[in-house]
Amino acid sequence: MSPRLARKLGWNALGVALFAVMVFPVFWMISTAFKPNDQINSVNPTWFPAHPTLKHFTNAINKPYFWTDVKNTVIVVLVAVGVAMVLAFLAAVALEKYRFSGRKSFLVLLIGVQMIPGIGLIIPLYILLAHVPVLHYNLVNKLSGLIIIYVAAVLPFSVWTLRGFLMGIPKELEEAAMVDGSTRLGAFVRILLPLVAPGLVATSVFAFITSWNEYIFARLLLNDGSTQTVTVWLSYYTGSSRATDFGGLMAASTLIAIPVVLFFLLVQRRIAFGLTAGAVRG
Amino acid sequence: MGAAAEVALQRPRRRPLVWRRVRNGAVPYLLVFPVVAVLAGVLAYPLYYLVRISLERFQLFELVRGAGVYIGLDNFRSVLHDSTFWHTLLRTVVFTAANVTLTIVGGTLIALLLVRLWAAVRILLTVGLILVWAMPPVVAVQVWIWMTNVQNGVLNYILTELHIGDYFGHNWFDSSFSQLAMVTTLVVWGALPFVVITVYAALSQVPHELVEAAQIDGARAWRVFKDVTLPVITPILYILTCLSILWDFGVFTQAYLLIQQPAIVPGNYLMGIYLFEEAYFKNDYGRGAAISILMLAIVAVLSIFYVRRMVRVGEVE
Repeated sequence: MSPRLARKLGWNALGVALFAVMVFPVFWMISTAFKPNDQINSVNPTWFPAHPTLKHFTNAINKPYFWTDVKNTVIVVLVAVGVAMVLAFLAAVALEKYRFSGRKSFLVLLIGVQMIPGIGLIIPLYILLAHVPVLHYNLVNKLSGLIIIYVAAVLPFSVWTLRGFLMGIPKELEEAAMVDGSTRLGAFVRILLPLVAPGLVATSVFAFITSWNEYIFARLLLNDGSTQTVTVWLSYYTGSSRATDFGGLMAASTLIAIPVVLFFLLVQRRIAFGLTAGAVRG
Repeated sequence: MGAAAEVALQRPRRRPLVWRRVRNGAVPYLLVFPVVAVLAGVLAYPLYYLVRISLERFQLFELVRGAGVYIGLDNFRSVLHDSTFWHTLLRTVVFTAANVTLTIVGGTLIALLLVRLWAAVRILLTVGLILVWAMPPVVAVQVWIWMTNVQNGVLNYILTELHIGDYFGHNWFDSSFSQLAMVTTLVVWGALPFVVITVYAALSQVPHELVEAAQIDGARAWRVFKDVTLPVITPILYILTCLSILWDFGVFTQAYLLIQQPAIVPGNYLMGIYLFEEAYFKNDYGRGAAISILMLAIVAVLSIFYVRRMVRVGEVE
């Protein structure tokens, strides 16, 4: 074997080893979820469940509030993403298709706003939403408060990525539409919207994932079992002790991760490179 | 041309020219307005409110009443005279430095490795990284809790089997250092994929001929990296480092859920957890607000570097 080939083999072996280390926690979660309790509690681990069981999954979904909290999460996430996409699309059109004074400051503002860590704002948002009635309306334990926060949380990067997708659309197409007698707005709706649809899908999936994964605000603003979201539900699964039903915990974790992973795989390629500008990480 | 289009052509003519110009000038502002309104309501107003609370006595009584009592800078004085604040700040800085270094150096090394792999292995590793990237942090925390379990956590088993040491029954949460080290593994694990994939994309910009020319000239791998590769990926590394610093400085969820409530003590506070505990568990929202402002001020200074670079590389055009 030539030293060159040996080195190549070495790098590839390292690559496979790295894959194993990185993926192991995900593998271990799924593997545990299917194992009977005696295999989970044994000191010598079983790598692959010999007799897979679905017991932990049925236990998890039959736990109090699972379906209620899934429903809450779906409502919060869908409404927040829907509203955010409409608002972000309008702003992205303005930024990409018009030159107006204040445009550059707005762009800088968007980048700056993304840098604000949510944790820094929990105190005023908590007090304002949960204790000081806004317009005579108290938002404690109501999904609407969380929706408003999620809209604001996903807006900056949504505007930013949508603008990136709009940039890719040739100007000639719009001009052709306008020559055809459309107003400028008509041209946007009929020509731009279909072209930017893949971008809208990708951006909304990312907004979906961000809101689905959010923990701090959901934990603070919704403190009743029946009005929680799934991340909070999962964080309470163990109770306060470390000796727990790990099979159920891993099954519940798997269930909550599935929608995110599926959506993520769908759009990762499309959006990965627009991300450097957006603070999109868990 | 349809009837609708004809109407569209005729309609503007009936309007006076000046009005049309004003209207067209207003369009971008109307389009941007909703976003500005939401950000003003959910970010700007709370920021103002945060400053107000930080100047007030705002504890449980005031929370129930819904209004605080102005006390000037007392909260800031009390926080800045509290050794917990300075210890937490130092700990958070060290934590951030460790996490960012591991993420950026590790991520760059893995990206360089990706280039050297056979296509099949590269795809395998990339898919694995994307899978990790997609894992919700709260889910990852639960997996970590299970893997590091004292009695039968798989981490202890593997480390013992590999003869790295006797980790049978080892408790990974018995000291502040160990607790935060576990949080670090969790945060770095989750952050690596984004860095690897972004740096890998940047590496494709490195001119192949230059690398080959350098190799033919007999340059060692390190020289090739330092003089050819690194200059090309420096801008993206700068941006990634800025983002990582900001993210890791504000870590909350992973640390809060992994260390878990009874074990969260001033000895393992990170900035985010410190302000959370002061506000919600000690019911001192005024003091918590003062800590928030100090934290946001540090973040603001850090983000200036990031925003300035984004403006300079022409992202803001």
